[in-house]
Amino acid sequence: MNTKMLKQVIIVFCLAAALIFGLTGPGAVAETVIRVNLDSAHKQLDPIWTTAYIVRSHAFLVYDTLFGLDKDFKVQPQMVDRYSISDDGLLYTFTLRDGLKWHDGTAVTSKDCVASIKRWGAKDGLGKQLMAAAEKLEIVDNKTFKLKLKYSFGMTLLALAKITSNVPFMMKEEQALTSPDEQVKDVIGSGPFKFVKEEFQPGLKSVYIKNEDYVPRKEPASNTAGGKVAKVDRVEIVWIPDANTVTNALIAGEIDFIQIPHSDHLPRLQEAKAVKVENFDPLGLQCLLRLNHTQPPFDNPKARQAVLWATNVEMAVRAAAGNDPHLFNVCPSMYPCGSFFASDVGSKPLMQQDFAKAKQLLKEAGYKGEKIVILHATDDYIINMQTLVTGQNLRKAGFNLELQAMDWSTLVGRRAIKKPASEGGWNAFQTWFNGPDFLNPAEHMAISADCDKSWFGWPCDEQIEKLRTAFGKETDPQKQKEIAVAIQKRAFEVVTYVPLGTVYQPSAYRSELDGLVKSSVPIFWNVSKKK
Amino acid sequence: MWAYIIRRLLATIPVAGVVAVFVFLLLHLAPGDPAAVIAGSSAMPEDVERIRAKLGLDEPIYNQFGKWISNVLQGDLGDSIFSDMPVTKLIAQRIEPTLSLATTSILIAIFIAVPLGVIAAWKAGTWIDYSVMLFAVFGFSIPVFVIGYLLMYGFSIQIQIFPVQGFVSITEGIIPFLRRITLPSIALGLIYAALIARITRASMLEVLAQDYVRTAHAKGLSSRVVLLRHALKNASVPIVTIIGVGISLLIGGVVVTESVFNIPGLGRLVVDAVLQRDYPVIQGIILMFSGVYLLINLIVDISYSFLDPRIHY
Repeated sequence: MNTKMLKQVIIVFCLAAALIFGLTGPGAVAETVIRVNLDSAHKQLDPIWTTAYIVRSHAFLVYDTLFGLDKDFKVQPQMVDRYSISDDGLLYTFTLRDGLKWHDGTAVTSKDCVASIKRWGAKDGLGKQLMAAAEKLEIVDNKTFKLKLKYSFGMTLLALAKITSNVPFMMKEEQALTSPDEQVKDVIGSGPFKFVKEEFQPGLKSVYIKNEDYVPRKEPASNTAGGKVAKVDRVEIVWIPDANTVTNALIAGEIDFIQIPHSDHLPRLQEAKAVKVENFDPLGLQCLLRLNHTQPPFDNPKARQAVLWATNVEMAVRAAAGNDPHLFNVCPSMYPCGSFFASDVGSKPLMQQDFAKAKQLLKEAGYKGEKIVILHATDDYIINMQTLVTGQNLRKAGFNLELQAMDWSTLVGRRAIKKPASEGGWNAFQTWFNGPDFLNPAEHMAISADCDKSWFGWPCDEQIEKLRTAFGKETDPQKQKEIAVAIQKRAFEVVTYVPLGTVYQPSAYRSELDGLVKSSVPIFWNVSKKK
Repeated sequence: MWAYIIRRLLATIPVAGVVAVFVFLLLHLAPGDPAAVIAGSSAMPEDVERIRAKLGLDEPIYNQFGKWISNVLQGDLGDSIFSDMPVTKLIAQRIEPTLSLATTSILIAIFIAVPLGVIAAWKAGTWIDYSVMLFAVFGFSIPVFVIGYLLMYGFSIQIQIFPVQGFVSITEGIIPFLRRITLPSIALGLIYAALIARITRASMLEVLAQDYVRTAHAKGLSSRVVLLRHALKNASVPIVTIIGVGISLLIGGVVVTESVFNIPGLGRLVVDAVLQRDYPVIQGIILMFSGVYLLINLIVDISYSFLDPRIHY
């Protein structure tokens, strides 16, 4: 073989190799991967900076918490090995478990936890209440720290266990010292999965790999408590914006889990091979109509009560969930039905639609037919449907309504405006929250009536706020319940908001998945995938 | 020619300036608040205010514009309000899928449409002509997402020869790339094929009626030679114009296709940014698109001089 021929052979060989490799691509790596489509596109990384649910879901994969909530919403230790509470309830001592490490290999210490609690406590509503009650956070040694309170705060452990945004995730001290008004730059948690920053594509894909150094608790997984055992090598959070495409992708096996499939697609998913549909969220979504207490006519309590009497909760919730009774609950409570504080106290005006009564109250309120603007977010299915139904009922009761259609992003900007509707403000809007957000009056932002410091709508009632303060200080569960019920009764009188029932949104997943945990938060530890 | 090219390139500067001002004002005067979206549904009003201040969104609009435009002039399109990543990096992440989709779509469109248009003109008045025009009407009338869903249902769910969604870079293998780009390219390309076919047919009919074409037939040239060597070249100016317009429209048209087939391109990036009011991303992409449109128009204009020697610059 001469040189020229040898060169030709080499060239042909290289071309063939390139063609073969090019045709087929690199060989597949044998690892278990689950691809999950959650509630929205994932772009941000700091769960203290934003309350967005998708960021919370991301954070539960990579961060850990001192305490968790089990399936009965009881507080259980997570990163904490043991803890004690002094007899007067003013001194909490926490000792961390052995073997806790950050993803960079360094040990988790009490310094990290103290800094994390402070950062979270500067941002979160319940955290602020805890920090207000706190005298000091004191480091005893690398694994032990103390929380000294000025006065008893019955929500202390629940605050550290909460699963509602902002969750008190533990971060490395150097990151926890970042101002809560800025995002942390890196994601270094101590949770069961590690975030792969190099593969992060904001709005498209986030990648998490199994943390081989994680030491799970020995108890079985239960909500956000118990052992967080990573049983797959890799989790990918993907975002497929088109509802039809994401359903088809699940049926075709290209993804493994859809947190919230479109309700129109549920029948198809239920019939699809190798796909299961199941509700993992026991508390569901709490739907509500929020009124603007600072602008007429809803600055008048009678006008607000007229809205209660005009509302039909069953109609509203069926509009959002359909007619399958497993997908909705005509819940009369301001706390999620089935939870400890739930009751129907004070809910009669809400549950017994009476247009005559509503008209009477409107007359007594001096309402003369002034236009009422309801902000109508059409890009959220639940909000869209419920606004249409509620609007129709309010018209029947004599309200002169204008539903102003807009997208959610416009609505959140508009609801911050306190001016009259004619100057860019608003009179009412609909929305929903995750069930745990409403579990107790201390976290329940829609029940709060702290005037300008309240959530959008700005209800103002001294009695509710006194009761909420008393609730925060109370440590006896039964007394807490009495206070919570009293708050609900007063909230119905003041009409801090109008509850519109509970919608359950089942998830859909491939039958190869096993071990999915029931929780209001999508959880992917404990999940295995058959090959 | 070079002087013409330089003149046209210099002319893009004031156009880009007008686009920049217009886009900036339109975005900032439109309703919506990115700070509220960032803060999340459970945020309190004061949290939203702090984020707004942190992002500089509470400054006077002329201040915000001044800062942005001075950064742009230094090549910095700013950072995404949401992901905190440079806009240029986000664009770089997403440009390949969009270019791939646009390229394959226009290639499909050209390779389907030009032959169809030529044949339709050649066989004008016959069932072939009517069939091609029927295809053009349907292709232009059916929305991209409907075609996309039908293709997905037929080929991905029922027959299962193509994946439902996603994108694979060509660097990861030609077959995986083609498997994922085929259906979206067909869905998007059909509309442009319909448009180009109609224009090709009309332009060819006009040329085929010319005296020199009759002379070419009289000289004994075959129909194929007359069509392809003589008529098509002379009919090509309007065809190239519509292809150029199609490429420009295609860049905007990829938005729906990228959403339906979950292709991580610029179209989806800009839609997400618009829905969330991510101002720097929207502004950066629109500026980039306007530059691309101007460049495509320039290339089309220059190509005329190659197709028609009578055209000089």
